[in-house]
Amino acid sequence: MLFKPISQSFHDFLVERDKERCINCEVCVRQCPYDVYYWDDARQQVMHDSSKCIGCHRCEALCPTACITVRRNPAEFRPNSLWTGTYIKNLFKQADTGGVLLSGCGCPQDKPIYWDKLQLDASQVTNPSIDPLREPMETRTFLGSKPDMLEFEETPDGPCLKGKLSPQLTLEYPIMFGAMSFGAINFNLHKAMALAATETGIYYNTGEGGLHQTLYKYGKNTIVQVASGRFGVHRDYLNAGAAIEIKVGQGAKPGIGGHLPGEKIDEEVSKTRMVPLGSDAISPAPHHDIYSIEDLLQLIYALKEATEYTKPVSVKIAAVHNAAAIASGIVRAGADIVVIDGFRGGTGAAPTMIRDNVGLPIELCLAAVDRRLRDDGIRNQASLVASGGIRCSADVVKAIALGADAVYIGSAALIAVGCTMCGRCYTGKCPWGIATNEARLKKRQNPDVAAKRLANLVKAWGHEIQEMLGGMGLNSIESLRGNTDKLRGIGLNQIELDTLGVKAAGQ
Amino acid sequence: MKRIYPQKDYCIGCRICELACITAHSKSKDLIIAMREERKQGLASCKEVYERGAACVALSCRHCENPMCVAACISGALIKDPTTGNTLYDADKCVGCWSCLMACPFGAIHRNMQASKIVKCDMCQERGAPACVDACPNKALLFEDRG
Amino acid sequence: MKAPARFWDFNKDISGCGVFGVLHKKRGLIDGDMPIKAMCTMHDRGNGQGGGFAAYGIYPDFKDCYAFHLLCETQEGLDNAEAVIKTYFDIKESQPIPTRRTLAIKNPPIVWRFFLTPKEDRPRWKDASEADYIVSVVMLINKDVKDAFVLSSGKDMGAFKGVGFPEDIADFFRLDEYKGYIWTGHNRFPTNSQAWWGGAHPFTLLDWAIVHNGEISSYGINRRYLAQHDYLCTLHTDTEVVAYLLDMLTRKHKLSLRMASYIFAPPFWDEIDRMPPAQQEAFRALRMVYGPAMLNGPFAILVTNNTTMMGLNDRVKLRPLLVAEKDDMVFMSSEESSIREVQRDLDRIWAPKAGEPVIAEVEA
Repeated sequence: MLFKPISQSFHDFLVERDKERCINCEVCVRQCPYDVYYWDDARQQVMHDSSKCIGCHRCEALCPTACITVRRNPAEFRPNSLWTGTYIKNLFKQADTGGVLLSGCGCPQDKPIYWDKLQLDASQVTNPSIDPLREPMETRTFLGSKPDMLEFEETPDGPCLKGKLSPQLTLEYPIMFGAMSFGAINFNLHKAMALAATETGIYYNTGEGGLHQTLYKYGKNTIVQVASGRFGVHRDYLNAGAAIEIKVGQGAKPGIGGHLPGEKIDEEVSKTRMVPLGSDAISPAPHHDIYSIEDLLQLIYALKEATEYTKPVSVKIAAVHNAAAIASGIVRAGADIVVIDGFRGGTGAAPTMIRDNVGLPIELCLAAVDRRLRDDGIRNQASLVASGGIRCSADVVKAIALGADAVYIGSAALIAVGCTMCGRCYTGKCPWGIATNEARLKKRQNPDVAAKRLANLVKAWGHEIQEMLGGMGLNSIESLRGNTDKLRGIGLNQIELDTLGVKAAGQ
Repeated sequence: MKRIYPQKDYCIGCRICELACITAHSKSKDLIIAMREERKQGLASCKEVYERGAACVALSCRHCENPMCVAACISGALIKDPTTGNTLYDADKCVGCWSCLMACPFGAIHRNMQASKIVKCDMCQERGAPACVDACPNKALLFEDRG
Repeated sequence: MKAPARFWDFNKDISGCGVFGVLHKKRGLIDGDMPIKAMCTMHDRGNGQGGGFAAYGIYPDFKDCYAFHLLCETQEGLDNAEAVIKTYFDIKESQPIPTRRTLAIKNPPIVWRFFLTPKEDRPRWKDASEADYIVSVVMLINKDVKDAFVLSSGKDMGAFKGVGFPEDIADFFRLDEYKGYIWTGHNRFPTNSQAWWGGAHPFTLLDWAIVHNGEISSYGINRRYLAQHDYLCTLHTDTEVVAYLLDMLTRKHKLSLRMASYIFAPPFWDEIDRMPPAQQEAFRALRMVYGPAMLNGPFAILVTNNTTMMGLNDRVKLRPLLVAEKDDMVFMSSEESSIREVQRDLDRIWAPKAGEPVIAEVEA
C-alpha cells in the first residue's frame, strides 16, 4: 500500500459494507474516531479503509441500516503454533517504532479461567430450595474490621451493644464499581457510577485521579483512592468518601505504575488531579513512602488520622505469588479491607508483556489469601474484596464462596455502558466515549443513560445471586462466604483443587 | 405541553434523528427507500443537527408560544392549535412564499423545493411520539412537559 | 487454630428427623417411659439408622463428677481411652452402662461410663478453665484414640444413642429404668447407608445436649469458622457444629442462650431496619461479627443443659416444632401427636415463630 508501513497492511479487522443497504448517510463517518470511513468526493459515496479499524464495532452498532459488519481479517500467515499472527504483528510494530507494546483492557490470552471450572450446588429433597420471590433473600454486606467477639447488655427493649464497632461500609449487594480514575475514564462515567452506586446502595471507587468537585455530594457511596502518584489527594478529598483505598498494585500491571497520557488531561482532569494541563501524569511503580510493610502501616494510620478514624482504610494489591503472606501483613498493618486484583483485571494502559505475563488468577489467589487470614486468626479483622475478571453474577457467587466479602467490577461495568473490549483505551480516542476526554467523544456517554444501565446491571446480578443462593438453600450471603462446600471443581488437577479448597465434582 | 428538548451536552452529532425524521415522514416508512428514492422527490428532514467545533445540537420547530412563523404566514397554512399549543402546518394551504422561513429566528423551517412547500416538525402526530426522540442513541432528545 | 490440611474434604451426613423434649420446671423426675413413648409415636420420622436420648438428673449419686459415656468398637479402644482418662482424671467410678440384649440391636459396641474429677495436678492445659480442660480431653479421645468415642461428658447427665429406632435404643440402654427432670429424644432418617453409633443424636459437649432435625446448608462455613476458634469437627454431621458453636458463644464469648439463638437465626435485615436505634446497632453488629456462625438451612433444634431447654427454628421455619405446657412440664416436639400421646390434656400448645427461641428453665 502507498504511504504507510508494512505493518499496517496486516490489519486485524475487515469492514464489510452491504452496498444494497448503505444509504451513504455518513453516520459511520461521524462515529469512527479512527477515520476508517470517509466521504469520497470523487466517487460521491462513503468509502472505508479497513487497515485503520480497531474492531470497536461502534459503526456497526450505530449504522441505521445495519449494513456494516466488522469481522476479523481472514488473511492469515502460514500456520505456526509458535509464531502466531499476534507475535508477528507485534514484532513488525516494534520494529517500526522501537517502543514498548501497549494494551488496554485485561489479559485476553487463553489461560485457565477457574470460574468456568467451578460448579455450584443446589438443594434437592433433603432441604428445600428457597424462592427469593416469596421469601427474604439477603445480600447485604459490610466491609470493615470486625472484632472477634461482642458484648451485649440485655434490656427489656432488646439487646444493646457494649462498645462501638469500627467504621463499616454497608453494601446492599456484594458488588462495587472498581477503581477507574477520572482521566482514564471521563467525568460522565464517574458521575454515572456515582449515581448508580447511590441508587443501588453500593460503592464506586474514584481510582487515583481525584474526585471532581461536583461529585463530592455522592461521597456516601464513594471510595477515594490514594495511589503512588497521589494525584488529586488532599484533606477534603480524603474526607469526601466513605472509605479510603491505598492502591499498591493493579492486577493488569503488577509491579509498575500508571501512565495517563497528556492527551487525556483536559482542564477538568488537570484541576482535579492537580497536574498541569496536557502533561503526562505518571504514577511511580512503588509508593515512594512505602518501601516496606512498616511504611504501609504508617500510611494507613496517617490516613486514619487525617479522617479521624471515621472511615475504613482499604489496601489493594495485585494477585502475585506471595499474596497470602502479603495480605496477612497488610491486615496486621491495620487495613480494614484488603483488595486482591487478579491478572485478568482491566486497565486503561499497560505494557502488553506485563499485562499478559505477570500476576495470578484471582480465583487461586483469593482462596489462598482467605485461607491464610483464617489460619492466622485475623479474617474478622479485615474484609476481603476480589477483583479482576468478574464477568457475571455466577463469578460473584463463586468468589464469595471462595472467601470474598465482595467484588469489584470494572470491565463488566464498562461493557454495560458499551465497551466492546477493543483494548485501545490508551489512545484516548475511545469510540464509545468511555476512555476518552475528547469533548466530541466523551459526550457519547450520557450520565443518566449510563447510570441507569449500571444500576440495571447491579440489580440484575442481584436477582441472579439471590436465585443461586436460594437454590443452595441459603437465605443470606454470609452463609455462602468462604463456604467452599458449595463448590465442586470440574477438570481441575489435585493441586488446583487443594489450592482452591474445593472437592472434585462427584466427590 | 410536551415538547422536544435537545440536550446539547449529550448530542453526539450522529444525525440519526434526521434519518428517523425522514423515515417517519416518508410514504414508504422505509429508511433505505426514503433516502434513495423519496428524498429525490423532495422529502426532507424537519430536523437538522448544527455543529460548531465539538458542540452539536439537533434543532427542529420549537412550537413557540407566540410563533413568528404563524404571524408571517400569508396563506393561513400555519396556525397555533389552541388546545395542544402545537404550531400546525397545512400543506394544502401553503403557497411556498417562504415568509415563515425568514421569520423563524431558529432556522427550524426547511424547504421541499420540488413541491415548493415548507417542511416543519409536526411532532409526529401520526406516530404518537416523535421519531427523532425514539431514535436518539444517547437520549440527547427529551420529549417532556416542562410546563 | 490453623485449619486442618484439606479442611474442605469431608463428607457430611444428611438426614431428616423427629425430635422430642420435656423439662420439669421443679426438677420433678420423669420416667424414661415418657420420652420413649413419645418417640415411638414418631417412628416414621426415622428409618432405623439412628436414635438416641439425653437425660438430666439421672446420676444423683455422682452429681459432682463428670459422667463420661464411652462408645468403643473394640476392647483395645476402651483400654486406650481409659489410659487417656487416667492421665487427666481421677476415676471415681468405672462401670459398663447397663444394657439389655435385644433382637433389634445387632453387634452393639462396648458402652462404658466413668465418673470423673479432674486431676489436681494437670499434666497438660494447666492454665485452661476446667470446662476447657474437659473439652480438650474429649477432643483428644475423639480425635486420637482409635475405636473410642465420648458420647457425653456432662455432670448428672448422659447421652444414650446408637444405630436403631429410638425405642430399640431405649430398650438396649434400659432407659425405662432411669428418671430425669429433662429428657430429649431423637429419631433419625439419614440418607446415607453407613450408620455409625457416634453419628446418632443427641450431640453433647460438657452439659450441653443437642437434638436436631435439619440440614445446615451453611455447614461448610460454620465448620471453617469453628476451626478458626480451635474446634475441630470430626463427626461429619452438621449437628456437631451447633454443639461447638453453642459452647463457643455461651462459654467462651459469654453470651446468653438467647443471644446465641439470635446468632443462629438472626432477624432479617428489614426487621432490623425497623427496630429502635440501639437494637438496630446491636443486631447489625451481631450479624456482622457472627455471620459465619449463622445456621442457614432448615432446622428445628432442641438444646438442653442442666437447667434449660431451648427450642429454635430456622429463620423461615422450614422444619416443624411445637411447644406445649402442662402444669410444671414443658414439651417440645416435631409433632403434636407425640406430646398428646404422653400428655393428653395440655394447658397450652403453640407453634413458635420462625427464628424465635423458646426457652424453658428449671426454677432455681
